[in-house]
This record gives sequence, structure tokens and C-alpha cells, in this order.
Amino acid sequence: MQLTLDIEQYAIQDTPQELPLRARRGISVALQGLSKSYATRQVLQAVDLQLRAGEFVAIVGRSGCGKSTLLRTIAQLETADAGSVQVGNGALAAEVRLMFQEPRLLPWKNVLDNVSLGLDHQFRPAAIAALAAVGLAERRYDWPAELSGGQRQRVALARALVHNPGLLLLDEPLGALDALTRIEMQQLLERLWQERGFTAVLVTHDVQEAVMLADRVLLVEEGRITLDLAIDLPRPRQRAGAAFGQLEQRLLDRLLQQ
Amino acid sequence: MLCTVAELGQTVLSNFVRWLIGMNLRKLLAQWALPFALICIWEISARVGWLSSRILPEPLAVGRALVELSASGELWLHLRTSLLRALTGFAIGGGSGLALGLLTGTWRHAETALDTTLQMIRNIPALALIPLVILWFGIDESAKLFLLALGVFFPIYLNTFHGIRSVDPALIEMARSYGLRGWPLFRDVVLPSALPSILVGVRFSLGLVWVLLIVAETISAQAGIGFMTMNAREFLQTDVVLVGVLLYALLGKLADVFARGLEKYYLRWNPAYR
Repeated sequence: MQLTLDIEQYAIQDTPQELPLRARRGISVALQGLSKSYATRQVLQAVDLQLRAGEFVAIVGRSGCGKSTLLRTIAQLETADAGSVQVGNGALAAEVRLMFQEPRLLPWKNVLDNVSLGLDHQFRPAAIAALAAVGLAERRYDWPAELSGGQRQRVALARALVHNPGLLLLDEPLGALDALTRIEMQQLLERLWQERGFTAVLVTHDVQEAVMLADRVLLVEEGRITLDLAIDLPRPRQRAGAAFGQLEQRLLDRLLQQ
Repeated sequence: MLCTVAELGQTVLSNFVRWLIGMNLRKLLAQWALPFALICIWEISARVGWLSSRILPEPLAVGRALVELSASGELWLHLRTSLLRALTGFAIGGGSGLALGLLTGTWRHAETALDTTLQMIRNIPALALIPLVILWFGIDESAKLFLLALGVFFPIYLNTFHGIRSVDPALIEMARSYGLRGWPLFRDVVLPSALPSILVGVRFSLGLVWVLLIVAETISAQAGIGFMTMNAREFLQTDVVLVGVLLYALLGKLADVFARGLEKYYLRWNPAYR
């Protein structure tokens, strides 16, 4: 039903910028007894985790605690030594997209070609629509070298969104941005997540960012999930609120304890 | 008030433009002043009789020789022969260098099997093989092409190999996670990433091809710029020898301009080449 509605919309507004991407419900993730080690160092120790469809989950932890490995294992960029990863109901790899710490754009392709990487020509309108969603439709014929750091990360976001992922994995994609650009990107992410309803997993070392965006914050310590904190603040959230500050403080204290 | 500001802006602008044109002219003059002065001194010394025409004929005589040679069609014959030789040698050597570089760069087994042998051959200067090449191929066309191809092969092979090996693994990982495999991965990620390095090899080879050509053509030939100059030496036609030298300089410069053009076009995404 949802699908036919969207196609009708497509027919009415045929200017590419206005074209809405097909909304898709997020997909669930189930991890069971996930373990992984590099040489002698164990980075994941029997991790069990259930993510509900459409949930925004943040994973925080100190450097080297295994949070990135956890994300990369869900993305199947790393294979686990033991345990299982189940994404959605089957093995639909196309529904999972990962945003890296760096934009990882191909410098020899213009912005639009980067966004439509791995897609047929017929998806070009969808790629332009995804660029419009991150506010960069006018820059589509520019080279990545001509963009600022924040703009490049927005192009990388558009590249992930054009595939309509049911699960979007974010590996500290805002880590290298300046404070203002970061806040803008957080707002953009929240808005797109609300519009499209994908499941989002954000790895970050910024506790405030986690509390700002996530429904649930997971704390990873030495390859284990040691805290699973629900954040039920109403959206849009205010950084200055008392409840916000309490949650942030609680997480920070917990992080600094070790 | 507004009017005066606008007028002031206009004056400043037009002054700036005039200054810019003046700069370019001055730069152009400064660049060409020395060559021009040298030619003048050369001409004067030849006229006064300080320079014997057997050592160095006056510039005007060189110009005359050039006009005569091109009018008789002799120049075009030699130029065409040399150009064809250079292009054929470059195509054979460069093509196989590119192919083998791509092979050993992407496929470890090929590297294990071939690279050591190629590195050994690389250390032999192509020109040291001249006696052997003459014994193998005689003194006809194939000997010259072999020398050219061998010399051109290595810069392109090495740079292609290096370019393929230094592809950013992060980009490969990203492209794989977007479903690119096999040929699309090679076409969209590996090859463009290796291209700056490959083009360095091409440019180096294009410079080398003329050096090899000069030597190859002086061994023994029936046509070509090298033959023309060697022949002129026999008859003490210093002006024709100079025409040959100038032609080599011109061809070398043209090859360089061509290679730069390739870089400018294919690497236009890279701010360093714009």
C-alpha cells in the first residue's frame, strides 16, 4: 500500500529534486554470542544484542573497547569467530549501509556519480533526490575535492540513503567535523531517521551526541555491553534540559569509572 | 557618494587589469629575452667571422636549410619515418608494460612468477644491448623497434605496478560494501586510483623514447631524422645537422605537452593538476 502511494506521488511531482525516496520500515538486528579476537586480544566477548526495527541506538565507549568492531561485524566487513548476526529476516545485504569515519568518496567521480556508485543509470533521479535530502543537489557536478569536510560527509550520507537502507550503521561519521557542522549533521540525521524510519546504529565517543540522538545508549567496555540505557526524552531534544544533563552526567561518570 | 565609490572601483579594476596584462607581457618578454639575445649574438658572430660555418652556421642558414628540406619533401619523409618508429615502439613497449603491470599489480601469483625476472632485465641499460640486438635482428627496422620497446617498457611497467599496489584499501572496502566486484570495482576504483602513477610512467617513457630513437637511428638507417643528421655530417652540412637537432627538441617538447595534456584531462579531479 505504502509503495503504490509513493509511486503516485512520483508521477505527480516529476521534478527530480522533489522526488521522495520510498519509505521503508527499519529492520531488526539480533546478535547472539558474538566473539571476535585479533591474535591474542579478544575484542568482542560473547555479545548478545537485540535491536528493534526503527530504533536509534548509540554505542559509546573508550577507544579500542570494541565498539567499531561490533559495528563492522554487523556490516559483515569483519567475520566473527563465534556467534551469529541476523539482520532482518534474511540475508538481504543490500538493506544494510555503513557510513565510515571518513567520507571515503571516490575523488575521480563527481558528487552525483559518487552517490550513484554501484547503481544503474535509471537510479540517477533517486541519487539526485538523496542529494537534495542532504541539501547538496546543486553541488552534484562538483568534484569531492571542492567540498568542505562536512559537505563530503553529507554526500557519503546521501550515498548510503539512496539505497533505502533498512539499517544504517554509522561509524563515528561526525568525529572529524567542527562543532557547528556537527550539530547541523546531528539534526540532519535525526530528521532523515524520523522521515524514513530506518534502524540506526551510531558508534560515537561523544556522550552528548549519543544522548541527543539515541533511543538507547549502549556502553561497551572490553568487548562487552555493560550498560543498556533507555533515553526516553521527547524530541526534538534540548541540550540545556535538566533531564538531558542528568543522563549525560550519568553516562560520563560510568565511562570515567574504569 | 555612491557614484564616486563605483567610479573609484572601476578605476581600481581597470588599473588592475592593465597591470595584469603588463605583467604577462613583461613575463613573456623576460622569458624570451635570453634566447633571442643568444640568437642575435650567434648571428652577429657568424657574420663577423668569429664562428666558422663548419662549426656553427648562422641561424639564418639553419632556417634556410629547414625551408629547403621541407620544400623538397625530404624533411617530411624523415619526420614521418621517425614519428612512426617512435609511435610503434612506444605502443609495443608501453602496451606490454601496462598489461604486465596491471597483471602483476592485481594478481600476486603473477608478481611472484614474473617480477624478479623483470627486475633483473630492468637493470640492464637498453643501449648496452645494441651489439646483441644487431646480431639478433640485423640492422633493419625490427632492431630499432626492439630497442625502443624495451626502453619504454620499464617506466610504464613499474609505475603501473606501483599505482595498482598503492590503491587506498579503505576505498576498496567502501566499494565492496556497495556491491562492486570484479570489473566494475577495477574500472571505478582501482584503475582511476592508479592512473596518476601510470601517467607519470607515460611521461617518463615519452621522454625516453626520443633518446632511444636518436641512438637507434644513428646505428644504421635508410630514413629518419637520425639518418638525415648522420648523412649531413658526412657531407659537412652543419646546418642540416642543426635542423635535425632542432627537430628532436621540438618533438620532445611536443611529446611532453601531449603527456601534460593527458594528465590535465584525466586528473582534472585532482586540485594538484588543475
